[in-house]
Amino acid sequence: MSPNLWYVLLIGVLFAAGVALLLERSLTRVVMGVVLLGNGANLLILTTGRAGGAPIVGTTPQDQMSDPLPHAMILTAIVITFGMTAFLLAMAYRSWYLTGHDEVQDDVEDRRIMRQAEQDRDRSEVGEDDTPDSEVAAAGAAAVIPTPRDPREHS
Amino acid sequence: MTWLVPLPVVMPLLGAALTLMMPRRPRAQRAVTLTVLSAALAVAVALLALTVQHGPLVMEVGAWTAPVGIVLVADKLAALMLVVSAAVTLCVLIYSIGQGMADGNEETPLTVYHPTYLVLAAGVTNAFLSGDLFNLYVGFEILLVASYVLLTLGSTGTRVRAGTTYVVVSLLSSVIFLSAIGLVYGATGTLNLAHLAERVQDLPPGLSLALEGMLLLAFGIKAAVFPLSAWLPDSYPTAPAPVTAVFAGLLTKVGVYAIIRTKTLLFPDSPVGDMLMFLALLTMVVGILGAVAQSDIKRLLSFTLISHIGYMLFGVGLASVAGLTGAIFYVVHHIVIQTTLFLVAGLIERRGGTTSLDRLGGLSRVSPLLAVLFFVPALNLAGIPPFSGFLGKLGLLQAGVEVGSPMAWTLVAGGVVTSLLTLYAIARVWNLAFWRMPHPEMPSVPDVSPAAERARLLGLSDPSPSGAMLPRLMIVPTLVLVALGAGLTLVAGPLFDVSDQAARDLLQRTPYLEAVFPREAP
Repeated sequence: MSPNLWYVLLIGVLFAAGVALLLERSLTRVVMGVVLLGNGANLLILTTGRAGGAPIVGTTPQDQMSDPLPHAMILTAIVITFGMTAFLLAMAYRSWYLTGHDEVQDDVEDRRIMRQAEQDRDRSEVGEDDTPDSEVAAAGAAAVIPTPRDPREHS
Repeated sequence: MTWLVPLPVVMPLLGAALTLMMPRRPRAQRAVTLTVLSAALAVAVALLALTVQHGPLVMEVGAWTAPVGIVLVADKLAALMLVVSAAVTLCVLIYSIGQGMADGNEETPLTVYHPTYLVLAAGVTNAFLSGDLFNLYVGFEILLVASYVLLTLGSTGTRVRAGTTYVVVSLLSSVIFLSAIGLVYGATGTLNLAHLAERVQDLPPGLSLALEGMLLLAFGIKAAVFPLSAWLPDSYPTAPAPVTAVFAGLLTKVGVYAIIRTKTLLFPDSPVGDMLMFLALLTMVVGILGAVAQSDIKRLLSFTLISHIGYMLFGVGLASVAGLTGAIFYVVHHIVIQTTLFLVAGLIERRGGTTSLDRLGGLSRVSPLLAVLFFVPALNLAGIPPFSGFLGKLGLLQAGVEVGSPMAWTLVAGGVVTSLLTLYAIARVWNLAFWRMPHPEMPSVPDVSPAAERARLLGLSDPSPSGAMLPRLMIVPTLVLVALGAGLTLVAGPLFDVSDQAARDLLQRTPYLEAVFPREAP
């Protein structure tokens, strides 16, 4: 059985758009990316089964029935994607509530490296080039990482 | 006795429903959760005994026979995993109950904690028992959804930030897994693992390699194999201590388990062994170098967790009986030890008020018991004889030497280096947190500031009153796990035997296939 070309193209577009959205900073766009990816995957599963009449004994001859298993799998996957979307939306809302935006922040390690790079730059600008590199690195590593503030402290 | 097989999945799910119905009665919730998980442990032990004696047990769900219906299969590997995971979840539960009671959240119970915890347990066991690729996906989703909720408990700013990364990465791996399932079904027309095992062999080699690659990619993200592991140390340390402990012990191992299944049952002749070993090497070395650079105990432990996944992958990549035996033994050892260490990190945070090595000090004088609790599993992790970490590593290294290819020898060297660096990282924690003079900032009286008070009301979610005495209900389960980890040495002989049998079954494949299709030999 070979799948319909339009389906294949549509799946490709859904996956591409989904991945592009997933790479965005805003959590709302990430949610949309997840939804598109989920639909792409569901369509992919759909194309793997045989098309045909309703798979009910008595209404359709057995060799013209569609394959019911992909349908069952897609139903399960839809429910799961639905739940996930709800959870992600709740998290985006919570993030907006706490920080005023829903952008995904850099992780701790990234922030530490950026801080270190900033310190290195400051030092070289001031002209303390005679400081050994290892010392700079040690100072950077020892720098206290600021944790994101909880706005409820002020509410 | 096949009716025993679905119980470890069904009981926690029913328990979750039951605990959800009594949100205002924390005591009843605790009783139900405790009973259910104890019963699950008993069933798991019974299953292990039965599978060792009689071979794999198969339960056809709804009495639909194998290729049509869904089967749950408990073979030796699955049963062994069930026993360890049940023991660990039970201990962590008692620990978290102790923490909750000590923090006085009797008044403001986190009603969602117990149901979610049970759902997590059900997801893990379902993944272990599943004999069907789509059911495996459902198992993964059950445990992941529960883990999303547990990771963002209390939904503070830090947790929402860390949870976002975790959820998005996990979702991506789920989509990859789901697409792989679709492609596998399109290529073979079945999703039953035993049925697939026959049909995959008839596929063109390129196609089967692509399918295996997609499955391994999805499982590799869950198992935190090196290039796919960056999400782990970022998200795990922010969660409450018991949650981090159970995640660290179990979730990545479910990924490893899925990799073992895929590699041995579905694609036994695939050429990815060397690639797996290469990834294992990178995972070990990069992971442990990350650990050495950390200044926070929880983050450091997260990196050692990644690093030691490499050992298991090494054994799987060798694809010999000795290699798989070592990998299975190591999985058992690592589940227990890593969970214990994260629980101890929770105790350290409680006693010292922080897990940052820059601010801890003198803990061995303040609390000798805590020092012992940390020291034993830490040495175990680093692989000091006579502990099980040493035995597991020894088994893997011997298996590597036995295979003797250049790649295997490189891995043996990498394994030794990683072990030494683990010892270094652990010794650093010991020196700074336990042996150094106490830090002047370390509080010696309970903190009663409004911020600490609110943190306490959030119950499980926040670092609790620092400097407080350690509640007994938190000490005892940690002590049990420490003893269990050390006791693995005593039962190492039988455990190695079981691992060896499990590995042989996995490589032969016939016990599994014949259990699923009893009549006609497939």
